[in-house]
Amino acid sequence: MTVAPATVERAAPGGRRLRLPDNGYRWILGVAAAVVAGLTAWFLVSLVVQAWPAFDTLGFSWIFGKTWNPSHGAYGLLPFILGTFEVTAIAVVLAVPIGLGTALALGYLVPERTRGALSTTVELLAAVPSVVYGLWGLIVLAPLFREYVEPFLTSVLGWTGLFDGPNQGVGLLLAGVILFVMILPTMVAISRDVLVVVPDEQVEGAMALGATRWQVLRKVVVPGARTGLLGAFTLATGRALGETVAVALVIGNSPYIAHSIKSPAATIPSLIVNNFGESTGTELAVLFAAGLVLLVIGIAVNSVARWLVWSTAGSTAGAAVP
Amino acid sequence: MSAVVDAAPGLPADPVLERRRAVQAAAASSLRRRKLWSGLALGVCWAFLAIAVIPLVAVVFYVVSKGLPAWSVDFFTKSTVPEGVPGGGVWNAIVGTVVITTIAVVVTVPLGLVVGLFLAESDGRIAASLRFTADVMTGVPSITVGIFGYIAIVRNFGYSGFAGAFAIGFIMLPVITRAGESAFRGVPTSLREAALALGARKAVVARRVVVPTALPGVLTGVLLAVARGLGETAPLLLTILGNQYLQWNPTKPMEALPILIYNNSSQPYADLVQVAWGAALLLMVVVLVLSVGSRLLAARLRKERR
Repeated sequence: MTVAPATVERAAPGGRRLRLPDNGYRWILGVAAAVVAGLTAWFLVSLVVQAWPAFDTLGFSWIFGKTWNPSHGAYGLLPFILGTFEVTAIAVVLAVPIGLGTALALGYLVPERTRGALSTTVELLAAVPSVVYGLWGLIVLAPLFREYVEPFLTSVLGWTGLFDGPNQGVGLLLAGVILFVMILPTMVAISRDVLVVVPDEQVEGAMALGATRWQVLRKVVVPGARTGLLGAFTLATGRALGETVAVALVIGNSPYIAHSIKSPAATIPSLIVNNFGESTGTELAVLFAAGLVLLVIGIAVNSVARWLVWSTAGSTAGAAVP
Repeated sequence: MSAVVDAAPGLPADPVLERRRAVQAAAASSLRRRKLWSGLALGVCWAFLAIAVIPLVAVVFYVVSKGLPAWSVDFFTKSTVPEGVPGGGVWNAIVGTVVITTIAVVVTVPLGLVVGLFLAESDGRIAASLRFTADVMTGVPSITVGIFGYIAIVRNFGYSGFAGAFAIGFIMLPVITRAGESAFRGVPTSLREAALALGARKAVVARRVVVPTALPGVLTGVLLAVARGLGETAPLLLTILGNQYLQWNPTKPMEALPILIYNNSSQPYADLVQVAWGAALLLMVVVLVLSVGSRLLAARLRKERR
């Protein structure tokens, strides 16, 4: 393909003049690419530069400090790092089995006529803004959790010690559940995509050997899509880690390390969004630095996810998935 | 061994046949157990599907049933009023969202698509790293983009609609780039080669063949990116500040629908929460119309081409 056009160009009359616009075309593409690369670099550099005063004046130990009390110069980030991971863990623990089961059902169990409609519905729900989930969680789900869900879970699982403390509705558990509902459509959509590309020959071969439908799914389809599934889960994890407003509305925003799954807590994004308006000087730099910590975690998780999805489904898969 | 009936007397037993028999015997003896497990496990899958559908349906149901009563003529034509004052609407937030999204779209769509074209046309190491960068940027926590908008624009020019558009555009850019790339890559090589064989220059091929053919995919990608940009809240909280008055001027602080929902939902006043539900319904309807519309449009353009 590269040889033919070159010959054609040379054969065209007035070739030298005609080639100039082609260079112009390449020039435009190059400039646009450079602009995007430059923007990305600007983003990373400016964040590091603005966060630097925090590391300069406080060192690095504050990242793992337990106390957040800016008026006394205590900028411990640990409660928020833990909160971020705890909320994400609740969401992922719920979303992995349920998302996988749903994706298997959508890809292989649901009758073919309704399959398309259901899958489209799930994909559409992935586009619902997160603030809407947050509103629903705060107004509808929080009272339900306070009156029914949390008392029930405490009476059943109270012996584990995970459910100590008062039933408040808002807190780690509700934030995790909201994130679960929020990342589920993304997870199901990508999982379904990687599950249905497992070659039919393998599925039919297993069926011909007398495997039951579940055996086919468990021993052929899921292992065949393993890397892609892992990518889908990691991508959803990344979304959960970075979510701001839905979590900030339902987590209760308490700057202490949670002692129970029902406790109010805070995450790095909710810390930033709640304290941004009234911060100056060192505290503002600390918030920038907290954002940098979040960015590093987020980019690490995302790079792993993209790499995993690429290695199964090819580099163009999942491009349009948020 | 002697159980193999087909083997002629005196000849050694056929190992393949023997193996098949053993497998079939094992399969038959475990069939009941395996069918039971299969039924149970598939039942769990169905149950998970139900668990997944219930909250998603509940979200849509609540937003519609609580948001619809908030809709009125005033809701779409008047600006927000403080708690206690009757009437008022979300016109200022609608204007803000429309102005901010429009600016973001006008700047990012051409830029993103040109970069998408670059990625589709080149396979070198630069393209690969740019592709990876775009992918990773798609998943960057939106709050950090808000911080970037604050550092880059707000610090120098103050809170403004432009700062919000900058942050939203930054979030939309990688989505458009990658969607554009996959659409441009979907154009059959034979089409490009035919055009090149006719003596067309690469720029002409791109303008007359690649871009028109890829248009359905491009449109879908752009509309999905817009849908995503419309709902972003965190970056706006750090860049446009919010404004209870009508403001068309993007150099000034503006209101936007996601911010209004976020601020109102944690208010202890029922009528402010009601406005939040109405705004949530509006936002959800627009986002869903864009998503569904993009699919229908793409399907129709594809059909026309055939």
